Amino acid sequence: MEAAAEPGNLAGVRHIILVLSGKGGVGKSTISTELALALRHAGKKGKAVHQCDSGWVPVFVDQEQSISLMSVGFLLEKPDEAVVWRGPKKNALIKQFVSDVAWGQLDYLVVDTPPGTSDEHMAVVDALRPYSPLGALVVTTPQAVSVGDVRRELTFCKKVGLRVIGVVENMSGFVCPHCEECTNIFSRGGGEELARHAGVPFLGSVPLDPELTRSLEEGRDFIQGFPESPAFPALSCIAQKILNEAPVGLS
Amino acid sequence: MEEVPHDCPGVSSAQAGRGASCQGCPNQGLCASGAAAAPDPAIEEIKEKMKTVKHKILVLSGKGGVGKSTFSAHLAHGLAEDENTQVALLDIDICGPSIPKIMGLEGEQVHQSGSGWSPVFLEDNLGVMSVGFLLSSPDDAVIWRGPKKNGMIKQFLRDVDWGEVDYLIVDTPPGTSDEHLSAVQYLAAAHIDGAVIITTPQEVSLQDVRKEINFCHKVKLPIIGVVENMSGFTCPKCQKESQIFLPTTGGAEVMCRDLKVPLLGKVPLDPRIGKSCDKGESFFAEAPDSPATLAYRSIIQNAELSWQPYLAFKN
Repeated sequence: MEAAAEPGNLAGVRHIILVLSGKGGVGKSTISTELALALRHAGKKGKAVHQCDSGWVPVFVDQEQSISLMSVGFLLEKPDEAVVWRGPKKNALIKQFVSDVAWGQLDYLVVDTPPGTSDEHMAVVDALRPYSPLGALVVTTPQAVSVGDVRRELTFCKKVGLRVIGVVENMSGFVCPHCEECTNIFSRGGGEELARHAGVPFLGSVPLDPELTRSLEEGRDFIQGFPESPAFPALSCIAQKILNEAPVGLS
Repeated sequence: MEEVPHDCPGVSSAQAGRGASCQGCPNQGLCASGAAAAPDPAIEEIKEKMKTVKHKILVLSGKGGVGKSTFSAHLAHGLAEDENTQVALLDIDICGPSIPKIMGLEGEQVHQSGSGWSPVFLEDNLGVMSVGFLLSSPDDAVIWRGPKKNGMIKQFLRDVDWGEVDYLIVDTPPGTSDEHLSAVQYLAAAHIDGAVIITTPQEVSLQDVRKEINFCHKVKLPIIGVVENMSGFTCPKCQKESQIFLPTTGGAEVMCRDLKVPLLGKVPLDPRIGKSCDKGESFFAEAPDSPATLAYRSIIQNAELSWQPYLAFKN
C-alpha cells in the first residue's frame, strides 16, 4: 500500500460513490448514469457532477459542463475493439484514471464498476482509499441468482472496509404498457431481503422501463425527459438519500 | 497459489522479474530466468485429459446478465435428456459462480479421489464443477486477482476427473480478460468446437458483444453462433407483446448479418425462467410448452448442426 497519496487530482472532489454488484447486467451503469443525472437535477444550481469509469480528460456531456464522463471507451480506436487485458494491466489503468485526470472541483464522483470482486475492484478501492469515499451503492435484481452473487459483493465491501450506503433493487417489476398489469419478470423481494440480511439500508426498487433503456441508448436525459416514468420516483428517491448523506453544502 | 505483487508486469512481459515491483516476489527468480514465459506444461497435461472429452463449447458474452449461465445450464439439461450422452458443465466464473444455484446443487461439496477431483453429479450423465462448491458459505467472497483465478481454471481443466464425456460446456463470466484468455490458452492444444455468444437485443449489450466477437477472432476461437436472449415479453394477462430491451439498432439479427456470424435463435422473456433458475430446476421441465422452451430447443438443435453436421441428415 503506497503512503498517503498526494492531494493531487481528487483534492477538489467532495463525495465519491462507488456503484458495485457481484452480478453482471443488473444495471450498475444505468444506475450510475441516472444517479449522476438525478444528482445534477436535485442539487443546487451550478454544482458539478462527474461520472467516472476510466479516462484521461473529462468529456463534458452538456453545455453547462455540469456532468462529465470518463471511460476506457474513449481510448479505443474503434468501438468494437476488444480490451483483452489481464489483471495487472487493468489495475495500472485504473490507478491512472484516479490519479492522472484533472478532475477539478467536483461535488460527486460516481464510479461505475464491472461485476465481480477482483482486480478492478481491489484497484479502485485502493486508489480511492486516501480520499475517503462516501461508500458503495450495491445493485441487484430481485431474483435469488443475482442476490447470491451480490451477497459476496457485500462481504467484499466489509473485508476492504468500504461502507455500504445501501442496496438498490433494479428491474423490479414490469408494468405492461397495454393493460397496466405488473409482472415480476425477475422475481421479487430479493433486494430488500438481502439488505435486511446484511444489515445495510435498502434504498429502493427501480422498476423495468423500456423508455429508460431507450433514452440511455439515445443519449437522452431520462430524468428530464421522463418524469412520468414509473422508474423516475424510485431513482429520485435514491438520489435524495445520497444527497441527505452527502449534502453539497451552501450554494 | 502464491500471491503476486499488485504491480506485477505479467510473467510474459519483458520486465518480468526485472521490474521494481518484482522485488520480493516469490516468483522473481523464475520470471527473471525467462522460464515463466515458457509454455505452461499444464497445456499438454490438459490436452491429454481432454482426450476423453469429445466436444468443448464455451458460452461467452461481453455483457453481464444476458443469460450465459441460464443458457449453459439449459444446454446441459437439453443435451443430457438423452441418457446415453455424457455431459459436463464447468463454471469458470470465479467471483460470481451461479451454476450451483441454477442446477439445484447449492451446498454440494467436491470430493478428491486418486484420479483427481470428482465433479458433482446432478444425473448419472450430467456432472458439474464450480468454485461455488469449494466455498463454505453463500456469503464467502472470492477476492482474487487474475493469476489466482487462472490457477483455479487450470486446476479445473487439469485435475477434475471428467471421465468419458460427449460435451464439456464451459460457462464464463462477462468480459474478455483473465478467465477467457486462460480458458482459451489452457485448451489451446485440445480442440475447442467453438463459442456460443449470448446477447440481449439492446445496443448497450451488442456493443459489448461485438467486442467479444472480436476477441474470438483474435484468439482464433470459432463462433458457433449468437443467441439473442430476453427478446420480447408477452404479458401473461393481455397476451400482448412488448419489447423491454429495445433493439434500437436492429438487435442481434442486424449485428450477426454485419459481422457474418450465425444467429442461432431468439429467446423471449418468461418470468418462469428466472423462477426455475432460482429454484434450481430445469425450465424445460417447469414449462415445457413455453415459447422460451421451444426457442431454447430450436437453438440447441441449430448449434448441434455445427458440431455434428451429420445430424442434419438424421430423421
